[in-house]
Amino acid sequence: MSGSSVLRRVDWLTVFLFLTLIAIGWVNIYSSTFNEEHSSIFDVTQRYGKQLVFILLSFGLIPLIMALEANFYERFSSVFYVGALALLLGLFLFGKNIAGATSWYDLGFFNFQPSELAKATTALALAKYLSDIQTDIKRRKDQLYALLIILIPALLIIPQPDPGSALVFFSLVFVLFREGLPLWYLGLAVAAILVFICTLMFGTVWVGIGLALMIILFFMVKKPTYKMPVLPLVAIYAGAIILSLSVNFVFENVFEQRHRDRFSLWLRLEKDPEKLEQIRKTIGYNTYQSEKAIESGGFFGKGFLEGTRTKGDFVPEQDTDYIFTTVGEEWGFVGTATVVILFTILLLRLVHLSERQKNPFSRMYGYGVISILLIHYFINIGMVIGVLPTIGIPLPFFSYGGSGLIGFTILLFIFLRLDANRLKEWS
Amino acid sequence: MKKLVLSSLIILIGLTFIGRLSYLQLFRFSPDQIFDDPAIKVVYDYPERGYIYDRDGELLVANQPAYDVMVIPREVEPLDTLEFCSLLGIDRERFVSQLKKARVYSPRLPSVMVPQLSKEDYAGLQEKMRKYKGFYIEKRSLRDYKTNAAANVLGYISEVNEWDLKNNPYYEQGELTGRTGIEKQYEEVLRGRKGVKMIQKDRFNREIGPYKDGALDTMPQPGTEIRITLDKTLQEYGERLMNGKRGGIVAIEPETGEILALISGPTYDPALLVGRERSRNYSTLHYDTISKPTWDRAILAQPSPGSPFKTLNALVALQEGVITPETSFRCYHGFYVGNKLRGCHCGGGLRTMNSGIYKSCNAYFAGTFRKFYDSYETTDAAMDVWEKHMKSFGLGDFLGYDLPTGAKGRVPDKEYYDRVYGDGRWSSTYIISNAIGQGEVAATPIQLANMTAAIANRGWFYTPHLIKQIGGDDISDPKFTQKHYTTIDPQHFDPVIRGMADVYEKGTAKWLSIPGVKIAGKTGTVENYTKIDGVRTQLTDHSLFVAFAPVDNPKIALAVYIEHGYYGARYAGHIASLLIEKYLKGEITRTDLEKRMLEKTLEKEYAKPYSGEEFEINEYVW
Repeated sequence: MSGSSVLRRVDWLTVFLFLTLIAIGWVNIYSSTFNEEHSSIFDVTQRYGKQLVFILLSFGLIPLIMALEANFYERFSSVFYVGALALLLGLFLFGKNIAGATSWYDLGFFNFQPSELAKATTALALAKYLSDIQTDIKRRKDQLYALLIILIPALLIIPQPDPGSALVFFSLVFVLFREGLPLWYLGLAVAAILVFICTLMFGTVWVGIGLALMIILFFMVKKPTYKMPVLPLVAIYAGAIILSLSVNFVFENVFEQRHRDRFSLWLRLEKDPEKLEQIRKTIGYNTYQSEKAIESGGFFGKGFLEGTRTKGDFVPEQDTDYIFTTVGEEWGFVGTATVVILFTILLLRLVHLSERQKNPFSRMYGYGVISILLIHYFINIGMVIGVLPTIGIPLPFFSYGGSGLIGFTILLFIFLRLDANRLKEWS
Repeated sequence: MKKLVLSSLIILIGLTFIGRLSYLQLFRFSPDQIFDDPAIKVVYDYPERGYIYDRDGELLVANQPAYDVMVIPREVEPLDTLEFCSLLGIDRERFVSQLKKARVYSPRLPSVMVPQLSKEDYAGLQEKMRKYKGFYIEKRSLRDYKTNAAANVLGYISEVNEWDLKNNPYYEQGELTGRTGIEKQYEEVLRGRKGVKMIQKDRFNREIGPYKDGALDTMPQPGTEIRITLDKTLQEYGERLMNGKRGGIVAIEPETGEILALISGPTYDPALLVGRERSRNYSTLHYDTISKPTWDRAILAQPSPGSPFKTLNALVALQEGVITPETSFRCYHGFYVGNKLRGCHCGGGLRTMNSGIYKSCNAYFAGTFRKFYDSYETTDAAMDVWEKHMKSFGLGDFLGYDLPTGAKGRVPDKEYYDRVYGDGRWSSTYIISNAIGQGEVAATPIQLANMTAAIANRGWFYTPHLIKQIGGDDISDPKFTQKHYTTIDPQHFDPVIRGMADVYEKGTAKWLSIPGVKIAGKTGTVENYTKIDGVRTQLTDHSLFVAFAPVDNPKIALAVYIEHGYYGARYAGHIASLLIEKYLKGEITRTDLEKRMLEKTLEKEYAKPYSGEEFEINEYVW
């Protein structure tokens, strides 16, 4: 297969979105870590300089990824998967501890975080397993195996500790749903989360009354001919009440104080406005500062390098997890809306690309890519703008960090390579 | 279908984000968020703190200038540390640690390097300051005390701490705030409001000019002077009498509720807590956990009220119609609880209310108390009535005076005894000690003084308070200008007050009367115990005295409480008598009495429990 056909068939819209996001991201890293004494963009003692090196490095990887045969990735996905697991295991022996988490290998010129790579390899392995002719997602045993593929890397990452990254792997269950895992699994999980949250906010009694009202409403609007299965309904109702009753126990006895604080902040469980403000300024310090910084940007923002809060280092982790605040402060609503729209287009485009795959493996991998990017984007921006509790994971293509950027590039371009091959499927 | 689900989810997330961002950046955004914007330098202009005067307009507290050396860490350039340290009068370690602390707080914001230099130190430093980049001098105003008394009332000011900074957005590092007493209670009045100037800076931290041409700048509002109700002469005199004694004194003007004196012993000179020596002096005072000079006994000590409490029991019995003033009880040099005799020092014989009070007969009041209880079907019902009456005198709860600390005292109620003895398993014999003020009941000196004022007024009182005028205007706070009525009708007070007057005429305080002044009073001798090596040991009695004068037109009501001062007429009675004379006549005619109080101390008494040896209590010789 010739290089030129790959160039012709690659999805240039995705490439364009990728490049645009990386460019905007780097500009904001530059601004977040700007230092009057080192204003050269190539100064590698500064983070923006280093990030530029990482960007060039990942650009260098792209031709390599594209040059390999498309079915190479399918064939060797198990090897990649096991390799990544070995790297994760190796951390327990050779890992470097940074800020309390043993998530890195010290490679001298940079610290390599294998969990970023594991995201792509797990997506590959999952796609490989699910697309196997002998796998039937309707079967319990196969569901369990698929789940294990996701769980194993997550369980290796949790003790680093890096629960945020581990959480990302669970997003891969979306792939299972796309491929036929009954949707009511998801419905049940969502319902359980809703019951949990509603119990914290309104108490068990109201949850019980609310559910009962919903059931009554359902009976009133259903078609008279439709026969309602009464017993499962009662069972679900009873289950919800039991869950609701256990919430308080879990909240008071299983959660730690910092978890409770995050919840009481997120769901505004503290009713006294003065105490709430107090929590906002102490436990919710990061979110408080990031919201303030974004808020102060207004519609047009303060302009490039003019973000006063960015400059004053008011928001912690502003070049990594909180990079979006810089966008908010310096580029205002115009900037933040642009970034949100760009991500939305990218994700929608990837959905479109995945769906047009003829090869199930490519489609499933595509869904894996979407799941991983979506959860990062959703949790990161949600946290920064204060609609989700604090969970530290980076914003793809934006946040400072070599492993992350390279990991996301590999993740995305393997899919573009698969996509470029879609018309030549012969296997 | 599933493709649509995922696509809708992506779009929904996008819309949620844009919605939230519009709320933050379009709706909540306001162009004037400058106070917490680090790009705007805010410069403050501090007004002078308000002066404090006494009730007659005598100056108690004024101001003196002091100078803080401030630092902005990131503007500091290499300097001759040795020379600078010697100018500042600190050693190198302190210099380094202070600078480090400042850098941790903020490299960009000013922190205090050396607080409160005197005028002399400042003079030497001023001309050399420009050599040291990043350091500057900020002028502040410190308190200058015109009296060495009333430290417990006036309180002190000190630099705001991290808690203040977090909880009150008004304050900035290095500013001063009232920490205790009047300074804390009336902080906002005394402080005024600092003026604000805003200066726009660019990203290189250069000052460009006034922000929005000074449109948002404000002028400082000076602090307001206040006049408090203390009588400087009386307060100072009272503190002199407390020499070497522990206890509390509170004197109130009954017709207004104004606190004339509020004395705690031992005390300290308020000037000790000003300037550079402040923190060392504070530690010395604070860590004296034996005599506790910073613990205001006048409002925090809660002894049993002892015999003065008998007056209230008499009033309750009269009000409920259980006895008349003529009802009599026989004293057998004591009274029987079950078959156990409790002693009484009144001499024995038949007692009516009058002699019951002036001879402080325990048997008379035990009889009255029993009779009161037996007139109800249940002890619960009796207890409720009793509690209601007692609480109407301001006992058992915070009085509501204008000082930031206080204690509740205790009026035991039926729930209290149910807790102690079990539900319903107690009767009047269990609680009979309250008849003579010795049981579970407890009161602070200010509560006792207020109770005395209520008796002096024949049934009402104003909440005791210290504020008299704010900025020249008399106070109008309804908290202090509304009468509180007790639940006792006025006519019942006369027999009780007659008894209290006879305390001076022929009773327990007859050696303490003042020629030409009719006083009503009541002695109290309060038994008390402590634990020494885990053994409950009785200590010398507390000496207690309440009084008001003149009987027919009360100008002063007071309570004196002297720890381990033995019987009521001894230390407390002497001091009460002297204070009344000082206040009403302006001079002391009984100089022997005065000399004795100024010279006698109780240090020996206070040392006894710590001596590790056996000791005598209640020694009669002076």
